[in-house]
Amino acid sequence: MRVLVTGASGFLGGAVAREIAVAGHEVRTFQRRPSGVDGVDDVLGSLTSTADVARAVEGMDAVVHLAAKVSLAGDPAEFEAVNVEGTRALLASMRDAGVGRLVFVSSPSVAHAGASIVGDDAQPADPRHARGEYARTKALAELLALGSDSGSLRVVAVRPHLVWGPGDTQLVERIVERARAGRLPLLDRGAALIDSTYIDNAASAIAAALERVDEVHGNAYVITNGEPRPVAELLGGICAAAGVAAPAWSVPAGVARAAGSLIEVVWRVKPGADEPPMTRFLAEQLSTAHWFDQRRTRSELQWRPAVSLDEGLRRLAGHYSATPR
Amino acid sequence: MSHGSSRLPRSAGRTAPASLPPAGLPGMDARFSRLVTVADGDSGRSATWHLLDNGPVLDELGVTPVGTLLCVHGNPTWSYLWRGLVAAATDAATTAAETGSGLVSSGVWRVVAVDQLEMGFSERTGTERGLERRVADLSALTDALELTGPVVTVGHDWGGVVSMGWAVDHSELLAGVVLLNTAIHQPEDRAIPWPLRLTLQRGMLGRATVATPAFLETTLALAHPALAADVKNGYRAPYRSADRRGGIGAFVADIPVDEQHRSWNELERIAAGVRELGVPSLMLWGPRDPIFSDTYLDDLAERMPQADIHRFEGAGHMIAEDVEYAPVVLGWLEARSLSLSKGTDSVDELPVDKLREQKASKRPLWSVLDELRGSTDIALVDMKPYRAVSWRLLSRRVRQLAAGLVRAGVKPGDRVSLLIPPSADLTAVLYACLRIGAVVVVADAGLGLPGLTRAVRGARPDHVIGALPGLTVARAFSWPGQKISTATLPLPTALALGVRHSLGEIARLGADESLPEPPAASAVAAVLFTSGSTGPAKGVVYTHAQLEAVRDALSSQYDIGVGTGLVAGFAPFALLGPALGARSVTPDMNVTSPRTLTAKATAEAAAAVDASVVFLSPAALANVVATSDALGLADTAALAGVKTFLSAGAPVPESLLAAAGRLMPNATPHTPYGMTEGLLMTDITLEGIRAAADDAAALPDGEHAGGVCVGAPAGSVRVRIAALDENGMPGGEPSEQPGVTGEIVLSAPHLKQSYDRLWATNRVADADSVPASAGDQGERWHRTGDVGHLDSAGRLWVEGRLPHVIVTAAGVITPVGPEQKIESLLGVNRAALAGIGPRGTQQLVAVLETEPAASRPAALGDSELAAAVRHATGLDIAAVLVVAALPTDIRHNSKIDRSALSRWAEGVLSGAKLSAP
Repeated sequence: MRVLVTGASGFLGGAVAREIAVAGHEVRTFQRRPSGVDGVDDVLGSLTSTADVARAVEGMDAVVHLAAKVSLAGDPAEFEAVNVEGTRALLASMRDAGVGRLVFVSSPSVAHAGASIVGDDAQPADPRHARGEYARTKALAELLALGSDSGSLRVVAVRPHLVWGPGDTQLVERIVERARAGRLPLLDRGAALIDSTYIDNAASAIAAALERVDEVHGNAYVITNGEPRPVAELLGGICAAAGVAAPAWSVPAGVARAAGSLIEVVWRVKPGADEPPMTRFLAEQLSTAHWFDQRRTRSELQWRPAVSLDEGLRRLAGHYSATPR
Repeated sequence: MSHGSSRLPRSAGRTAPASLPPAGLPGMDARFSRLVTVADGDSGRSATWHLLDNGPVLDELGVTPVGTLLCVHGNPTWSYLWRGLVAAATDAATTAAETGSGLVSSGVWRVVAVDQLEMGFSERTGTERGLERRVADLSALTDALELTGPVVTVGHDWGGVVSMGWAVDHSELLAGVVLLNTAIHQPEDRAIPWPLRLTLQRGMLGRATVATPAFLETTLALAHPALAADVKNGYRAPYRSADRRGGIGAFVADIPVDEQHRSWNELERIAAGVRELGVPSLMLWGPRDPIFSDTYLDDLAERMPQADIHRFEGAGHMIAEDVEYAPVVLGWLEARSLSLSKGTDSVDELPVDKLREQKASKRPLWSVLDELRGSTDIALVDMKPYRAVSWRLLSRRVRQLAAGLVRAGVKPGDRVSLLIPPSADLTAVLYACLRIGAVVVVADAGLGLPGLTRAVRGARPDHVIGALPGLTVARAFSWPGQKISTATLPLPTALALGVRHSLGEIARLGADESLPEPPAASAVAAVLFTSGSTGPAKGVVYTHAQLEAVRDALSSQYDIGVGTGLVAGFAPFALLGPALGARSVTPDMNVTSPRTLTAKATAEAAAAVDASVVFLSPAALANVVATSDALGLADTAALAGVKTFLSAGAPVPESLLAAAGRLMPNATPHTPYGMTEGLLMTDITLEGIRAAADDAAALPDGEHAGGVCVGAPAGSVRVRIAALDENGMPGGEPSEQPGVTGEIVLSAPHLKQSYDRLWATNRVADADSVPASAGDQGERWHRTGDVGHLDSAGRLWVEGRLPHVIVTAAGVITPVGPEQKIESLLGVNRAALAGIGPRGTQQLVAVLETEPAASRPAALGDSELAAAVRHATGLDIAAVLVVAALPTDIRHNSKIDRSALSRWAEGVLSGAKLSAP
């Protein structure tokens, strides 16, 4: 297959492009910067440009769409333009070019209204209750994508949850940096059970969705390692792998949520160089359970995670010891 | 009809046509609602009913029902009450249609649930309808519907009375009767319930029932747990204004408070007719009902002695909302094969104990008392205050009490609740009751006061015999029954407690020792209450023959007979001492807290009877071992005389059994496996436990499921395993195949008869739910609710409780095996494995007590501990929690309610505060 991977300069996008190329497909990538992935054809451009998008999908058999504005805070209009309108433009171009398969990479946060998730399977995306601009716009985009599913354009949505691994600048680096600076709190002693996804597993799941899209189109799947851990243990494991002290101080989750929403507002008015230290979304993520029923995902995508949590942490430790800082 | 004489406001007389309920009421399906117009008595007018009827849907499905359930609501509800039954019956029909089973589909029932006239969405005709009129109205409706048999009536509250009226008048169609919290008769010696008395007061009636929704709201507030707001609105929907509520007031006004009331004669007619119905009946009862209390259930049960009864402990007047009653009703219809019975056919299936020959026992429980009536040998010793009682004295006391109890009005079959601590008094009263065929009710003080109150009320004793503390409690909580005190009380105290007799007086009444005929072996002898460590305590019914079989099993398993010295530190066995002929003693201990028993007290008790057998609960055992330093030379010598030592009631760790064995160096330690429902099922010695562990260790990896080895079946007991399926549920035919994990199913002559007034529980626990192989017909089997497996040597291993089985995406996990592996880790005292999240994709959580105990009530285990736990079990355990103390039951101090622990863990692991479990 000729496969377009959007957002391949990112941590997950790069891994996906590599995985699909290794599987023997002809891969083209599309993003603003070079992907840095060997053996693929980079097409540079912006999702907000219809012409760029049309050029990218031309001649493809399938698209794996990862490009998005991913951030815990920021200008709502920007989220809307990239995540919603970008997806709309992509879908239109695919129809025009007769590209028949789309793997839409989404997030479990599209269906998360703030309460604990305890062994649920993927619920429908719900932009009205999604927390934060990222989740809200991704929810709208997923609804657009799945709403376009048809016999001629087969769409599947996959939602990897908390992807991490060596080279991750989103989650792992943030945790490690904050732990190093003593700014990583544990909410209510960190007992909330959270599942996560090791990078290789997320990439192999997305690749599996691409292979299975003709059979499973129209559906959404949450992807995780299927090994939930208390958040303190998970963060502690990541910190230990990076060789920094694990978080030791604790604040009540209610206080953190209130502080988070206040900081969010302030940050919007006075954007700083870094992201806010605590957003309400993050406070909720760290103080409520997030683990999922993986049975349908595994049976319908015919996929299982190959790298266990412990093995992933070992690989992360290897990465940090090889790149001392 | 004139409203001149009515006690109700004018608005009660307003008319309004019938209508369909508004759309969107929760649980209602518009397909079932229909309006039917019928001639209204002799008035020349017509009246229109609203009813729920799944008949048209059954027609669409192409299934023919075997009969009709005619459901009648009470006051102030409407057919909304039966929405769950209509839905469940229709679901069953849909399944039958899909599997395409024949012309008349078994298990398919049409359900017709009416709104009585002036009620619900039926017509407001402005008529105040008395009971006689309402029964006639219902007949007119069923005539118009051309209802044919078989019909099973279903009634709640005053709808129960109306439905019974219909039943009495239609015996040619009637196949069965189902009643939920209702009453057919006001017992003469009882005032009508106070809430109704209050409502009926002059000036109160109209205001409470019609002008305001007070009566409606009060009734809706009786639900346990509270009704959801949208369901409450469903009940309110037809009663939104005063002119919609006339029927509510008229219903209350129609309660026949005395013989002058216009409905009195009709009620008497129905109450008498009920005795003649002769069809199967089911009574579902919520005991937390301030109106229709257990008193009314007793009255109904007396009128319909063959009724199947299920009391839902914790449920109340709104039983149809409080519990899932619909599956019980449908299950009962199936179990009673009502599809086959027709019209006036009488019940051909009598309860088992009535079919059995009414024979007296060959060797009744009191036979040793008769044989040794001349012996001056010691039969019983009380330690505090010290008292030794000879067989001659005990035997005479039992006969005197037996004769005296008969004279005091205790009849065969009467239930006698014994609230007496273990003592010579308790023993004498117990055997006296057994001798005259009274049924003893024994509940353990370890249930705690609320549990004990529920148990005693539920067992509805006719008499309560107690010591002062017990009688005080009985008075404070208005327990039913004639009261008899162990000691003679000062008159004012006796009057204050409602005590009629003392045991001394009873014995004097029976001084001539004239005894009635002994009870039949098949007669009920006792109701023993379970510990309540696995849900509300259940009353377990034993017949004389079954208790005799318990005695015989103990006697042969442990060689206990006449002359054996027995220290009985575990209640059920203390009571059987005289039946065994043993010289028995209860050591000095607080019976409500077995862990107060000391080594010294045990040794002194052993010395008092020259004991060769000692029986202690596991909780007591731990403290006995812990206090062994206080033993003197004489104590050690007394314990050295012990040949057999037993501990049962909960699994006993090998280390504890070994430590106790060192205190009694000449004794063989045993730990039998059993339950209140079957007191001795398997047995194993300390040596046997060690041999079993060695055998298990020799098995290849993964071939041993773990668990506690409880040994080989005792005597004639048979053990089988109903294998768990992938959902963790026992299915298929129980077998003796080794290595298969499943529910433990037992058969023995000394199994219980049944659970008291728990029809649905009996159905699950009894033999008929266990698919029996052809050769086993007629055997009694008991489903234990425990899971485990048999090994190749025929030994039973217990792996936990059925409700504690965890179903992960990777498979079914039983808790005990992994817990043992965790407990083998250094620094871990005790562990419990719990599952959280939806069954089928549950995550495992290990909850530990450490040694020394943690200072914080609860905390996350650190990463090294978590890694060690995962490694030891070989399981993907999501979280390891360390608690200061795991919650256990009072009676055994060892049974952990893993279901409650799971709920706690799920909360904590969802971000709730790390509080103690």
